[in-house]
Amino acid sequence: MTTNYMPALIFMLGGLLIPFFRGKAKSLYMMAIPVAGFLNLIHIPEGQHMLMGFGDFNLVLLQVDRLNLLFGYIFHIIAFITVIYILNFKDNVEYMAGFFYSGAALGTIFAGDLFTFFVFWESLTIGSVMLIWSRKTKSAQAAGFRYLMVHAFGGLVLLAGIVFHFTETGSLEMSHITLGSLSSYLIFFGIGINCAWPLIHPWLTDAYPEATIGGSVFLSAFTTKTAVYALARLYPGTEMLIWIGVGMAAFPIFYAVIENDLRRVLAYSLINQVGFMVVGIGVGTELAINGACAHAFNDVLFKGLLFMSMGAVMYRTGKINATDLGGLYKSMPWTCLFCCVGAASISAFPLFSGFVSKSMVMSAVAANSHIPGQGSLVYVWLVLLFAAAGVFHHAGIKIPFFAFFGHDSGLRVKEAPKNMLIAMGIAAFLCIFVGTFPRFLYDVLPFPTDYEPYTISHVLTQTELLFFSALAFTLLLLAGIYPAEQRAINLDSDWIYRKGGKGVYALLSKTLNPLNTWCESIVRSVASFVSRFFKDSAARLALFFSVNFWMIKGVKDKRLAMKKQRLYNDILQGTMPIGIGAAVAISFVVLVYVLT
Amino acid sequence: MEKKNMFDNPQNVKRLLKIFFSSVVALLIIDVVYIILSEQHIIHRHVEYEWEKYWSFYSVYGFVACVILVLVSKYILRPLVKRKEDYYDN
Repeated sequence: MTTNYMPALIFMLGGLLIPFFRGKAKSLYMMAIPVAGFLNLIHIPEGQHMLMGFGDFNLVLLQVDRLNLLFGYIFHIIAFITVIYILNFKDNVEYMAGFFYSGAALGTIFAGDLFTFFVFWESLTIGSVMLIWSRKTKSAQAAGFRYLMVHAFGGLVLLAGIVFHFTETGSLEMSHITLGSLSSYLIFFGIGINCAWPLIHPWLTDAYPEATIGGSVFLSAFTTKTAVYALARLYPGTEMLIWIGVGMAAFPIFYAVIENDLRRVLAYSLINQVGFMVVGIGVGTELAINGACAHAFNDVLFKGLLFMSMGAVMYRTGKINATDLGGLYKSMPWTCLFCCVGAASISAFPLFSGFVSKSMVMSAVAANSHIPGQGSLVYVWLVLLFAAAGVFHHAGIKIPFFAFFGHDSGLRVKEAPKNMLIAMGIAAFLCIFVGTFPRFLYDVLPFPTDYEPYTISHVLTQTELLFFSALAFTLLLLAGIYPAEQRAINLDSDWIYRKGGKGVYALLSKTLNPLNTWCESIVRSVASFVSRFFKDSAARLALFFSVNFWMIKGVKDKRLAMKKQRLYNDILQGTMPIGIGAAVAISFVVLVYVLT
Repeated sequence: MEKKNMFDNPQNVKRLLKIFFSSVVALLIIDVVYIILSEQHIIHRHVEYEWEKYWSFYSVYGFVACVILVLVSKYILRPLVKRKEDYYDN
C-alpha cells in the first residue's frame, strides 16, 4: 500500500481538532496523530509527489528521499514523545502551537521546491513564537517578540534569495547551490539565522529558556534541525560551513560554564552540538554527511531528554537557576536518572547515542585533513576535540550536578508526573538503544555505511577524554576554583539589538524630536495665522470701507462703535438682512456679465 | 526525621571519589598496555595522527582542555559579560 498524504498536513490539521476532544479522548487523540503520521510516512514511496502548477511555477509539495526521510522519522518520534510529556498541561493553545510547529518542520523537510520550502519555513516561526508566548510571562512576551523580529528578518533574506535565484536560474529545485552569486549568499545566510550561527545565534539562547516547559522541548527539536537539513540539502561541501561550525562548537561552551539558568545552559550546548553537524556538512564527504545527519537524529533525542528533565524540575520546583537548585536526586530520582542518561548521551559516552554519531564527524574531518590542501582541518579536529571535552563539562556534568546533587537546596518536591516520566523514559531508552545498536540508525542514513564506532582504540580514547574532563571538574571543584553559580545574566550578541537598539532609539529621539517640535511650531503658527485671516478678513474689509463711509456721514462715538460691532457680528454670523445679501449676489452676477 | 540519602553520608562521597580516582589511574595503565600490545602488533590500532599514539594523549588533552575552559570562562569571559539580572529591564 502506498500513500502520499503530506506529513505536515496530518499534524497541522490534526492539531486544529484538539479543542473538540475532552479528557482521556483528548490524550489518546493527541498521541494518535504522530502515530498516524508515522504510518503514513513509511508508506510514502521515494520520489516526487503532489505536483502542483502555481502560475509559472511547478511546485512539488512532497519529495521523499533518504536524506529527509531520516529527519522525518526523528521528527515523528520526538513529536510523539513530547506530546506524552505535555499531556498534563491542559493548554489547548500550547497543544495546537506544538502540532502546528511540528507540522511546519515536516513540511519544510519534505518540500520539493524552494517556494514550498519557504512557506513552511515561515510557518515554523509562527508555531515557535506561539510556543514562547504560551508561557504568558512578561519576559516571555518580550523574548518572543525579539524572536519574531529576528526570524521575520531571516525569512525576508531567504525570500529575497529565492526570488533572485529563480530569476537567475529559472528553477525552484531543492538541489545543490554553489556559493557565488548574491542569491546563493542570501539563501545561505537566511538558513544560517535559523541554524544559530555565531553572532546571529542569540535568538536561541534568549528565547528558548523563556518558552513553556513543553515548548522548549519542541523548540529544541525542530528549528535548528530543519536548518541543518536545509544546509545538507542545498550546501553540502561548502567550505565556509566548516569554519562556521567550528565557531558554533567552540564558543557556547564558555558561556555554558558561567550561565546560571540551566535551560539556557542547554540552549548554549544546543548550538555547540549543531556546530558538529555544520562542520560535517561543510566537509561534505559521505561519511561526514552521514555523521551530521546521525548526530542531528541523536541530538533531537538527547537534547529533548535534557530539556524534558529540566522542565520536570521546573514544573515541580518552579525554579530553574542553578543557584536555587541542588540535592533533587532525593525527591526526583527517576528524573535524575533520565537526566544522567541524556547527559551521558550528549557527552558521547560509549554505549550512549552521542558516541556513535559524533565520532563519525570527527573521523570524517580527520580523514579529509590528510588530503593535500586541506591540512588546516587538523585544527578543526583539535577544536572539535576540545568542544567534545567541554560539552561533557557543562552539559554532562554541570546540568545533573547542580540540579540533582551538589549543594542541597532543601527543596523537597514530588517526583515528576507519570506522563513526563514515561516520555523521558522512552527518550532515555532510545538514547541507549541507538548507542548500543547503532546499526539501526546507520541503516537509515543518507548514504550506505559500514562505519564501526566500537573499536578498542575509539572506546578507550573517548573514555580517557571524558574521565579526565571529569577529573578536571572534580579537582577544580574541590579546590574551589570552579566558578560558583551567581545570580546574574551574561551579555551576548543580542546586546546589539537589545541595548544598542535602545541607544539608536535615544539618539533618534534626541535629534529627531527637537526637529519635530520645531516643524510643528512653524506649522502651528502658519495655520493659526491663516485661520485668523480667513476667520474675519471679510468683516474687517467691510468695516474698513463702512467706517470711512460712516465718518464722512458724521456718525460718531458710541453710535459708531455700535454700528461697527453690529456689522462685524452680522458678517461673521452671516446674518445680514436679505436685501443686502441679494444686492451683493446680483451685483456679482452683473459684474460677471459685464466682464465676460 | 528525614530519611538519610546516599550522599548525606560524607563517607559515601569519599567512597565515590576513591572509585573515580582509581578508575582514572586504571585508564592510564590500560593505555600503557594498549600501546604495548599495538606496538607488538597483537592488536591493530588505527590512528589518524601521530600524536594519538603518545601515551595518555587524550587524557591530557581532556584535562587541559577543561582547565583552560574553566579558567577562561571564569577569569576572562565572566568579568566581561556579567551584568545584574535586571540589566535589560531599565
